[in-house]
Amino acid sequence: MITVNHYIALSAVLFAIGVGGVLTRRNLIVIMMSVELMLNAANLLFIAFARHLGDMGGHVFVFMVMAVAAAEAAVGLAIALALFKNRGTVNTDEINILKG
Amino acid sequence: MELLMFNMFGAVAVGCSLLMITSKRPVNSALSLIAVMFALAGLFAMQDAHLIAALQVLVYAGAIMVLFLFVIMLLNLREKIGSESRRQPFAQILVVIVLSAAFAPLAALYDPTAAPVHKSIDQTFGTTAGVGRILFTEYLLPFEIASVLLLAALVGAVVLTKTRLR
Repeated sequence: MITVNHYIALSAVLFAIGVGGVLTRRNLIVIMMSVELMLNAANLLFIAFARHLGDMGGHVFVFMVMAVAAAEAAVGLAIALALFKNRGTVNTDEINILKG
Repeated sequence: MELLMFNMFGAVAVGCSLLMITSKRPVNSALSLIAVMFALAGLFAMQDAHLIAALQVLVYAGAIMVLFLFVIMLLNLREKIGSESRRQPFAQILVVIVLSAAFAPLAALYDPTAAPVHKSIDQTFGTTAGVGRILFTEYLLPFEIASVLLLAALVGAVVLTKTRLR
């Protein structure tokens, strides 16, 4: 029998993988994909609790998270493109113009 | 049956997301993430979130990931030799295991019998009609604000990628 705890555990593992991707990768595009994975782990939790508590408010939250993720991807990828045009790289080790 | 489906989708989601963060080429990462999105859509459908499962495939796998693939194609990135050490995947798996060990026990903290469990949900739960009704009544203001957010993101993306601003 699947309980909501199974979904909490799966969501936690997916979130951990996303955090691991952000911490260990150097490619800006892959880092942004890891952020998308973390947002999806949160979405899974919203859906699991919406079903568990019988309240559709969680579905609306997932809808909003999707809208924010789309906006974030559009702006983030535009920044990555502009960065690549100016500096010729999207490696986060080589992008240190804010370093004092 | 439910357990089998959960294990299948969960294994695909975890396996493909591990592939995503370990693969060297960004295109492989993006394709793995698309597989994760599909597995998650299956899990959403198992939870009676039919509309969200469809939106997951349409919006995430269909639109957002295509955007990622377009940018990867435009940048035409090549991994520099020696820029990431050969031991990198081991370090990544180690980070993931440590973080999972930190996060996963959170599941044990929640007692599923604490709240009244709704075994019987009504007919419109998770359908377009059900979600649409509360989206346009209870959550009308956030919905309208989301449209402004998307417009701002649209204008921002155009401004950022324009080569010459006057």
